[in-house]
Amino acid sequence: MYNPFSLEGKTILVTGAGGGIGRATAVACSKMGAVLVITDINPETLTETLSLLEADGDRKHLMFVADLTKEEDLNEMVAAMPSLDGVVCNAGISKVLPIQFLNAEDMNRIMAINAFAPMYMTQRLYKKRCINKGGSIVYTVSISGVSMVSMGGVMYAVSKNALDAFMRNAALEFAGRNIRVNSVNPSRVKTPLIQNSVYSEEEVAKDLQTYPLKRYAEPEEIANSIIFLLSDAASYITGHALIVDGGKTLS
Amino acid sequence: MEIKEFIQNFAEQFEDTDASVFTPDTVFHDLDEWGSLIGLSIIAMIDDEYGVTIKGDELRTAKTVADVFELVKSKK
Ligand SMILES: NC(=O)c1ccc[n+]([C@@H]2O[C@H](COP(=O)([O-])OP(=O)(O)OC[C@H]3O[C@@H](n4cnc5c(N)ncnc54)[C@H](O)[C@@H]3O)[C@@H](O)[C@H]2O)c1
Repeated sequence: MYNPFSLEGKTILVTGAGGGIGRATAVACSKMGAVLVITDINPETLTETLSLLEADGDRKHLMFVADLTKEEDLNEMVAAMPSLDGVVCNAGISKVLPIQFLNAEDMNRIMAINAFAPMYMTQRLYKKRCINKGGSIVYTVSISGVSMVSMGGVMYAVSKNALDAFMRNAALEFAGRNIRVNSVNPSRVKTPLIQNSVYSEEEVAKDLQTYPLKRYAEPEEIANSIIFLLSDAASYITGHALIVDGGKTLS
Repeated sequence: MEIKEFIQNFAEQFEDTDASVFTPDTVFHDLDEWGSLIGLSIIAMIDDEYGVTIKGDELRTAKTVADVFELVKSKK
């Protein structure tokens, strides 16, 4: 059957694969026929994701427990990496803090995982020629910091904006090797990241009204956008930030 | 922790409402100036000053400044 979205024969690395979007992406990629290399700092959630991947006889998925902000972990993982056709840099965290309360500890932690870790991981994979020609890199950025800002969202916004700039630079530099580089920019997605929130239920209900589709995204909906960018269906798309926001940024 | 000092820290998060307005019985959600940024600032202040994490819903449920004080105390 004609299917340009298929990931058959591709090996795809997904970071943050123990979390909401990462897990949904890894599972969806496995259903599209890919071999997965999954990684997360959390061994329990990562192992659970591994058990959810669709597999058959000759498809062997791999997993690495690693803190991507630690140089040793990153180097060890890259050293053991098979050659890849797709990379999904997705691990990330958030903390809401008004500018008056900014501090180096929180800022460095957020920049380290949201911005610097995906940059250095990309750099090492590219330098070691781990990513095959025709490959695709996708970053989970956000509409925050790129298309809009929100009260208290400064650290997250700054980290995602840095990643957005990196994505476009990498697209330019990696084109010579025919490696495409893009991002998905979601609005709020129903994952653990937005639970335990500083926002009250009432504020969330009000926020939902600002979405034309009147709901937050399911992680699977972000996964499908990532699949598109990973697949050969997107073979002429590079340096693009794909907004997946239920219409949030329309108004 | 002292309620007097807590009220002072609480009042500092407001720009236009005079500090003298704040008592333990102040129903802070009803103040003209109340809004999401002040709510976030109160949560951040409580984290900074008292090492306690409170959620948006907990702040929403608290009526008076004293309610927030008790909440923080119970979590210390
Ligand atoms: N949920 C949303 O509303 C939303 C919106 C826009 C963008 N995003 C982005 O999507 C990505 C995935 O978020 P999610 O919603 O699935 O969150 P999540 O918290 O469910 O998953 C994030 C994963 O990253 C892992 N991680 C954190 N620090 C790590 C580290 N140092 N090393 C390795 N792994 C680490 C966590 O263990 C977790 O499994 C993030 O980059 C996030 O910023 C999320």
